[in-house]
Amino acid sequence: MRLKIAHETRYSFSEPVRYGLQQMRKTPKSYRNQKVVSWETSVIGGKKELQYEDQHRNTVELISITPGETELLLRSEGEVELEETNGVIGPHESLTPLWLFDRQTPQTKPGPHVRELARSLHGREGLDQLHALMSAVAKAVKYTAGASASDWSAEKVMEAGKGVCSDQAHVFISAARLLGHPARYVSGYLMLDDRQSQEAMHGWAEAHVDALGWVGFDVSNDQSPDTRYVRVATGLDYAGAAPVTGTRTGGEEESLSVAIEVAQQMSQSQEQ
Amino acid sequence: MTKIFDEMWGREDALRAPYSQFGQWFEGEDPARLRAKQREAEEVFRLTGITFNVYGQAAAEERLIPFDIVPRIISGAEWKKLTRGIEQRVRAINAFLHDIYHRQEIVRAGRLPVEMIKNNEAYLPEMVGVTPPGGVYTHIVGIDLVRTGDDEFYVLEDNARTPSGVSYMLENRETMYKMFPELFSQTKVQPVSQYPRSLLRSLSACAPSCAEGTPTVAVLTPGSYNSAYFEHAFLADQMGVELVEGSDLRVVDGRVAMRTTQGYKPIDVIYRRIDDDFIDPLTFNPESALGVPGIMDVYRAGNIAIANAPGTGIADDKAIYSYMPEIVEFYTGEKAILQNVPTWRCNDPESLKYVLDNLDELVVKEVHGSGGYGMLIGPTASKKELAEFRKKLEAKPGNYIAQPTLSLSTVPIMTKAGLAPRHVDLRPFVLVSPEGVNITPGGLTRVALKKGSLVVNSSQGGGTKDTWVLED
Repeated sequence: MRLKIAHETRYSFSEPVRYGLQQMRKTPKSYRNQKVVSWETSVIGGKKELQYEDQHRNTVELISITPGETELLLRSEGEVELEETNGVIGPHESLTPLWLFDRQTPQTKPGPHVRELARSLHGREGLDQLHALMSAVAKAVKYTAGASASDWSAEKVMEAGKGVCSDQAHVFISAARLLGHPARYVSGYLMLDDRQSQEAMHGWAEAHVDALGWVGFDVSNDQSPDTRYVRVATGLDYAGAAPVTGTRTGGEEESLSVAIEVAQQMSQSQEQ
Repeated sequence: MTKIFDEMWGREDALRAPYSQFGQWFEGEDPARLRAKQREAEEVFRLTGITFNVYGQAAAEERLIPFDIVPRIISGAEWKKLTRGIEQRVRAINAFLHDIYHRQEIVRAGRLPVEMIKNNEAYLPEMVGVTPPGGVYTHIVGIDLVRTGDDEFYVLEDNARTPSGVSYMLENRETMYKMFPELFSQTKVQPVSQYPRSLLRSLSACAPSCAEGTPTVAVLTPGSYNSAYFEHAFLADQMGVELVEGSDLRVVDGRVAMRTTQGYKPIDVIYRRIDDDFIDPLTFNPESALGVPGIMDVYRAGNIAIANAPGTGIADDKAIYSYMPEIVEFYTGEKAILQNVPTWRCNDPESLKYVLDNLDELVVKEVHGSGGYGMLIGPTASKKELAEFRKKLEAKPGNYIAQPTLSLSTVPIMTKAGLAPRHVDLRPFVLVSPEGVNITPGGLTRVALKKGSLVVNSSQGGGTKDTWVLED
């Protein structure tokens, strides 16, 4: 399946910005079952300062906001070809050693509730255990837009019993690590069946299983990713894979509008 | 118990060779004049201290570390032997850091348990795969040594993050020159005053490939409220480079640049005295107002050298310390020349049992602590302190290591009643660059001013001495 993605983020400031930076992880990479056919990022009201690959092989771009501007427009678009692998990503290939994915972070930090959840899955093993964990998290944490704050830990999310996709992913990652599975966060795009326009990127989890390598788990939809999912960046948690992390002086009030379109691109033979 | 080794008088009250000239001079001096000189030296320090503390008068008091006029003297031959061991250790530390942030061969080879790294906060995932310009991780290292006999030295700890105290080494010598010029014409002492020049040269040699012409070096300080601010200002001044704060810096054209009267000027090498966690709010602690947003991005794109590299703390962690003999051997193929103090890791149940059974004879330290805080010295601890520490150990054994109480050497200090022995340690300062390893002769001698005390940290009532390495 070929997906066409357009992602536009517009920051409007009530006053001119004196100085600002945006660290972006918004460029998908090609790997076994995902081929990036084309991808382009453009910036209006700012400038690309540099680019590098981080420890998870994510492409990181640093953008500066042009001093004096009151608007910054970031646009990425491209096409990605996907192949069905039932959520299996394959062997670990990044520079980061696999054992580092056992490390809990402030966002995945477990507490009594997460430990209890993990304990409830003892007796199961491997892939079966992880699928059961995905369903258990989906049951324990109801998807509720706007119910959480970005600095919530997995434990806090479990206590509240609600959250967004990144919160659900953090609980999954936290418990998977407790159960001895290396786990990571994935940020990316998901094509929805009922609409083209979206307001945010999606986030899910991946866990490492000896026989298969990395396997994806999307708690929010209680399924492993299929060809509607485009992986963009990975990290130990959301913060490590975040599409944008920013800082600025000046600008005062900020308003943000995001427009994401993910749609199936008809193959060329069909178009002709 | 054997007598404590005194570096001036040995164990048998016979003047040791390195002190022979000094001893003669001292005999011929009027004690009253020396005591007056001691007061004069303290006055010099107070004045210098205040000059350096114009921004924070209140803080000036605590920054005055007592100075003692009796030098700590090491023979040229003793020093030569030490430097071989120090150089070997520092090379091993750099090789270890490169490995642990790349292929982790030492873990794969089973020589270092992965548990030592995995959940260790000093190990920064953000440094994985990053090779710093010039391949150098620890540009400036302080190796803390203690002596227990004529030929017995131990490494107490390594300081691979931002070792401080070098300004005291320089000021102590300066003050001794002023007080006792005649001493230095009599005795040939290896100089230390070249340190700032060597530091600048060493840092410049680590400039990234984008540097044009003479590399631009700057010292990054958290600001005037930091307890070591005067050292930051002092070193910048001595090197003739800018002292900057995070707010003076920006990312301009993919480089970190400082504000000057002619606009923004790119920096090639930054000697930062800000902890890893605070250096960049975009990559690390987002609450940090001290750091430079984007500096880690510029660093990872290869456009600036940061000294020391972020993440070097994994090499001086106290739990890693116990593996230093293995680390030295793994990377140099040789046995470690400098000895480690035998260390019990309390996360091992058998070691924990031994430590709890022998608590009153051991020194127990927090794995991540520094500055002599959170430490138990068994032999001098009260029953209550021992009982409290026992509880802490049982609750979180992994947080602690234990070592035998070493009988640290003494060097005399000047007291109202004449010379009196006090325990000392030594922090030599080591510079690393692609050009090689440079060790300033001597270093900072810290002395426990309280009789019998083994804690030399300035925060715990320690003082300093000038350290002489003789030309012989």
